[in-house]
Amino acid sequence: MKRKNKTGTFFTPVVIVTGLFLVLIVIVSLFSDVIAPYDPLETNVTDIYEPAFSEGHIFGTDGLGRDLFSRLICSAKTSILNAILIVAIEVVIGVPLGLICGWYRGPLDSIVMRIWDVISAIPPLLLSFILIAVFGKGMMTGIAAIGISYIPLTTKTARSMIMTEKKAVYVEAARSMGFSDARIIFVHILPNIITPMISQFTLDIGTAITSMATLSFLGLGVQAPDADWGTLLRDGMANLYNSTTLLFVPAICVIAVTVSINLFSDGVQNYLDPSSRKLPSFKKYDKKHSLKKLAASSEEA
Amino acid sequence: MSDMSKNDRPFISVRHLKKYFCLDNYKLAKAKARYIHAVDDVSFDINKGEIFGIIGESGSGKSTIGRCVLKLIDIDSGEIFFDGENITDIGKKEQKALRTRMQMVFQNPLASFNPKKTIRFSLEESARVHKIKPEEYKARIKTLMEYIALPEDLLTRYPKDLSGGQLQRLAIARALMLSPDFILADEPVSALDVSVQAQILNLMLDLKEDYGQTILFISHDLNVVRHVCDRIAVVYLGAIMEMGTIEQVYSNVMHPYTEALISAKPKEHPLEKKEHILLEGDIPNAIDIKEGCRFAGRCKYFKEGLCDNRTPKLKDIGGGHYVACHFPIGKTQQSPQNGSADNAIN
Repeated sequence: MKRKNKTGTFFTPVVIVTGLFLVLIVIVSLFSDVIAPYDPLETNVTDIYEPAFSEGHIFGTDGLGRDLFSRLICSAKTSILNAILIVAIEVVIGVPLGLICGWYRGPLDSIVMRIWDVISAIPPLLLSFILIAVFGKGMMTGIAAIGISYIPLTTKTARSMIMTEKKAVYVEAARSMGFSDARIIFVHILPNIITPMISQFTLDIGTAITSMATLSFLGLGVQAPDADWGTLLRDGMANLYNSTTLLFVPAICVIAVTVSINLFSDGVQNYLDPSSRKLPSFKKYDKKHSLKKLAASSEEA
Repeated sequence: MSDMSKNDRPFISVRHLKKYFCLDNYKLAKAKARYIHAVDDVSFDINKGEIFGIIGESGSGKSTIGRCVLKLIDIDSGEIFFDGENITDIGKKEQKALRTRMQMVFQNPLASFNPKKTIRFSLEESARVHKIKPEEYKARIKTLMEYIALPEDLLTRYPKDLSGGQLQRLAIARALMLSPDFILADEPVSALDVSVQAQILNLMLDLKEDYGQTILFISHDLNVVRHVCDRIAVVYLGAIMEMGTIEQVYSNVMHPYTEALISAKPKEHPLEKKEHILLEGDIPNAIDIKEGCRFAGRCKYFKEGLCDNRTPKLKDIGGGHYVACHFPIGKTQQSPQNGSADNAIN
């Protein structure tokens, strides 16, 4: 569902709340080494399965006595960084490829599009399994696999956008002035089509976090001793009968971040797409310049 | 043409220009493909320092002719000479060099500027791409802004902040940045208010007088063309019907189509008596053009057996006044002219 941005400002309450939350998460994950009260890998066999809010451990400890809060914020860094890497792969490969295909068309376009058709026909998770089966499990393979599964959509979006933009008069004007194709594509057309795509990329960061967590949850993504939220979920699932916080805290964390990103990108989209914006109501205007006042001022004059 | 001295030869010559657009994109069934005959065997000359007008209905192929001359689209057959050089099949490098000598002004001024760039960026860019020194192009912008009578602080604005008239003047300034020898103006005033149209037209006339600028002026507006052009070509369905100087075409109409066009012009005075020639039907389909005169179906002088059988050639009827008709008006009583190849331009 699309929320209407009635005031036309970027800072709606939803955007402010989710934005602040995301900024907080990013800051915490960036300075996780300083903030974390314990070393996330430090084991302590005397304090295993401590419940939440116990002394010294706000979210309790896991089966090896590691502090869950420290693990959570350190793995936040891995999760967010991985998601940004995935989106970076998608942007760096998908957008230029789509622009080139859409601009030149011809056989290159047909070949690339058919390959992407095949890739999009395979479910993303299955594609990740195939790549992991070929290249072995690990964080980088997981990132590459998810990144590749995101490329087709980006390529097609960029391609269809440049195909409509190609007919614009300013593009013809640029051609009539003898500009190179690269200049027209990247200096003239790209700034005009990138704005609608930005909200898609912010949305993709959210999806990338869950996708990567899924792979790690299945034990195919981030490998021990490194951890991301998927790994924490996996540990929590295995030890559900010993401590529920081990599962629920990372789960809530993933949900909160993903929902925040979705709402935030909604806000971005509403702001960037002026057709969904509404003009402010006339109520304020009417109060200021009511007919009575107008009449009064004209009488005075 | 070869015996002409260098100064006499036309600045731009177009010979037998043809441009067909393929309708069906099925590469396997090429034989069955249908083509739109956008431009069919068009020949004309443009002299240095003149404003040459191309006039015609929408869909008559006038814009396509312009784009072919500028080499913005590939031509199917024919030859184009620019300043004595054959530019029909030139390489990419020469084409880039050619771009500095030919510029274009578009119909919609707002759309012809990149909405995300400031006016200054758009004006400077072509100079930067063609490697002109910053001091030079900055000075050039200054003189141009004075010439088009716009304040320089408009340069920092975005296209959406300016009016159509201002933008069109800036578009002309942009075209003049590289001091081109030739400007193609594709309906430059059709999208503007009448009050603003005059400014743009006078600017074009000034360019011709001050700098001897050669301009190809495409329009559908008879009054506009009459005001600015030295010579015009009347185009119908991708072929030239009549061509000559303004006086020749307007005061000595030879082709029935031109006659109908001119009669469609509104009266200048309410009491003026004027006969309207109503053309029946629409401009025919440009896909399957039949043998014979293109205008035959709508012509009131239509003669069966001749007009629908033989395509009239564009012939010089004296003083550089060309007409493509079997029965030119004023000579209707005479026997039909037989298309003699010697006085047709070749």
